[in-house]
Amino acid sequence: MKLGSFWLWAAVIALAGAALTILDLVPVNAFVYFAGYVVLQYVVLATAWNIMGGYMGYVNFGTAGFFAVGAYTSVVLYNLFKAPLLVMIPVSGLVCALLGLAMGYLTLRLRGVFFAIATLALAIVLETLVINWDYVGGATGAYILRSREIAPFGDYIEFLFFVMLLLAIFAVGTARWIERSKAGRGFAAIRDDEEAAECAGVPTLRLKLLATTVSGFLMGVAGAPFVLYVGFVEPSSAFNLVYAVNSIAMPMIGGATTWLGPLIGALLLGTVQQVATVTISSELNLLIVGVLLVFFVIAAPEGIVGLIKKWRRRAGDGR
Amino acid sequence: MADDGAARGMLLDARAVTKRFGGFTALDEVSLDVRTGERFGMIGPNGSGKTTMINCISGTLANDGGEIFFKGERLEGRKPHERTRLGIARSFQIPKPFRSMTVLENLVIPLEYATDTASAEIAGRGMAILETIGLADRAGENSGQLTQIDMRKLELARAMATEPELLISDEAMAGLSSGEVDDILEILFRLNETGITIIMIEHIMRAVMRFSERIVVLDAGRKIAEGGPDEIVNDPEVERAYLGE
Repeated sequence: MKLGSFWLWAAVIALAGAALTILDLVPVNAFVYFAGYVVLQYVVLATAWNIMGGYMGYVNFGTAGFFAVGAYTSVVLYNLFKAPLLVMIPVSGLVCALLGLAMGYLTLRLRGVFFAIATLALAIVLETLVINWDYVGGATGAYILRSREIAPFGDYIEFLFFVMLLLAIFAVGTARWIERSKAGRGFAAIRDDEEAAECAGVPTLRLKLLATTVSGFLMGVAGAPFVLYVGFVEPSSAFNLVYAVNSIAMPMIGGATTWLGPLIGALLLGTVQQVATVTISSELNLLIVGVLLVFFVIAAPEGIVGLIKKWRRRAGDGR
Repeated sequence: MADDGAARGMLLDARAVTKRFGGFTALDEVSLDVRTGERFGMIGPNGSGKTTMINCISGTLANDGGEIFFKGERLEGRKPHERTRLGIARSFQIPKPFRSMTVLENLVIPLEYATDTASAEIAGRGMAILETIGLADRAGENSGQLTQIDMRKLELARAMATEPELLISDEAMAGLSSGEVDDILEILFRLNETGITIIMIEHIMRAVMRFSERIVVLDAGRKIAEGGPDEIVNDPEVERAYLGE
């Protein structure tokens, strides 16, 4: 892909999204926006997870924790001064960036499985805190009454869909930029061998904190509009383990070492899940994820992107 | 507190370095002084503390006692990557290539992070180093699929890419054939001629004896002998450490 053409595509997609939601050029069933929002939300979450898990090899099981903190930050902001969404998003992002930084500091010396367990524990601790915090509704949850319509989008869900589309473009663009930067190469060195990276001059600690912070920010941003989307948030829905599982499975299936992997994985798996929810059953989601994950781990450990690369190489050799 | 060690041509000055793992003393007041430009050998039976000493110098382990100075600067409290920038490079006994990268990309990491090479010159610098080490024709290959000898060479090349003043080679020749040992030895001689000080840790006596101007012998975490190759060979303590009584 040529330089700049990524952002050209991004602009085209954003404009198409705007045209669709604002001008209603094509009649679209409201459910498409409703389901599309969830798919795009997973693009953000999977991309955020991949910055740490895919680029640097640190598996974070706490995605749901970050997502929920993003969502609950919005609840707090709403309770405080009826903050609008455009305030919620950056503030939730910053709160989760700080959370990511703190998690990075606390888990400095942990690697591999131990790091993963610590992140899972973090999510559980946060959930317990929220359950016992009455200001945000505690275990019973919190409501936010949003308007049904918003100008110039019409239906509020269309507006949320468009916002999430922009966030997804922002997240993927950030991940792509990091991947091609000096920091991205440092992440890859840490993933391959942390000790060798450190001895090659890579400030591994600083880079790890950078990754946890950026990843946390994007996860928080994804969670910020959640309350407006569902209208009601409670701990067990916001801290649902499904977020953690999906944001690990999607990059794995798409291919974890590039920005394209989580994008493909989230679009594919997210769409399949949404379709399965309406056509078969909402309980089938995780089964699909599980089966696909097992299949890809065995048949294509480098995901769809890895498969495509392999085919291309083979086609190249054949010539 | 830097004394005039650096002024007297001392590059590395380790004083009474001690490292304990629980109740086990891996290093017991080991002192080393390595002069600028020297070819220095470190030998000793398995488990005598050679790699622990290297880890304390490169910073992947923190010593419990003693002090280490490099170019007159105290190393304690500096992270490994800071020591790399100061000019200390090491290769690993068991090669640790960045497996997702090509051979050349392996060198880009240290060139970017440990040196001030301008980004336009990085690829050229990397190729030049591969040329010296004899890996130039492997530049585009996946580093995880190299042969043993080429992996050892990559370890040295990556260490060289940090532009070091001191290169610590941790058993770069273990398991290699006699011809390959000569290959690596020749590379190390050539690097030394460009002014790089080298500490060689090795079990292959033929190589250490030929290479080193001065040798220290460790046994069970203590320094038992120090001197030129001839003195070391004839030292009864050394013989006892290696062969028993």
